[in-house]
Amino acid sequence: MTIEEIKNLVQGEVICGEDYLDQHIECVFASDLMSDVLTLKDVNNLLLLTGLSNLQSIRTCEMSDISYLLIVRGKDVTEEMKELAEDNDMVIIRTGFSMYKTSGILYNAGLPAVY
Amino acid sequence: MNFTYHVEGGDFTNAGSTSSQVKRMLKKIGVSPEIVKKTVVALYEAEVNIVAHAYRGDITVDLEEDHVKIVLADEGPGIPDIERAMQKGYSTASQKVREMGFGAGMGLPNIKNNSDSLNITSEVGKGTTIEFVNYFFGH
Repeated sequence: MTIEEIKNLVQGEVICGEDYLDQHIECVFASDLMSDVLTLKDVNNLLLLTGLSNLQSIRTCEMSDISYLLIVRGKDVTEEMKELAEDNDMVIIRTGFSMYKTSGILYNAGLPAVY
Repeated sequence: MNFTYHVEGGDFTNAGSTSSQVKRMLKKIGVSPEIVKKTVVALYEAEVNIVAHAYRGDITVDLEEDHVKIVLADEGPGIPDIERAMQKGYSTASQKVREMGFGAGMGLPNIKNNSDSLNITSEVGKGTTIEFVNYFFGH
């Protein structure tokens, strides 16, 4: 499923990375705990769902080689976060939906969990 | 080659900036993506630990032909019981640290899982030193 399709499914908005909306996502991990995210081994074409919107969520993606981030519950994304994400060629989508609702929509649409 | 970086305790804005620089450096010299990831995940957890628990610290990166050795030496409260701190789920982190997405007692176990060798020494009231080595081509 492409990022564009995911964005539409969750009625999201693109914060950065508009050039990569045609990229394909194969699995999803959802967590607010960055140490959990850092334990993931295979993150190819993985989308991270999180309600944690701060510099550390972007840094965690940077260290883990995660390029696609979906921020739930409509949390603010600061300019600093956006800049850091752009430096790392990341896509950030934001939705007003909750974590559970977002997960349910994406799972239902056929996107599996990473494990 | 030796590089040293300074980290301030409590500076959550810059937490991870050293890890970011080291990541770029390792990628640039052609270290494989898996080894880069494992090294920077361990380094990032350890860097966040300094920011979260210590007053200040220095990170020294010793880059050799077939391995990288990273030493994080901090001035801080130290760890009274290292064995306990190594247990998954044990944490003394503040609410602030938890709000940053850490402090669930996974930092040290994550560092262990992402390093080929790890040595932790600590003196209560003085500080903690974490030293880990990752090999580029297995060992």
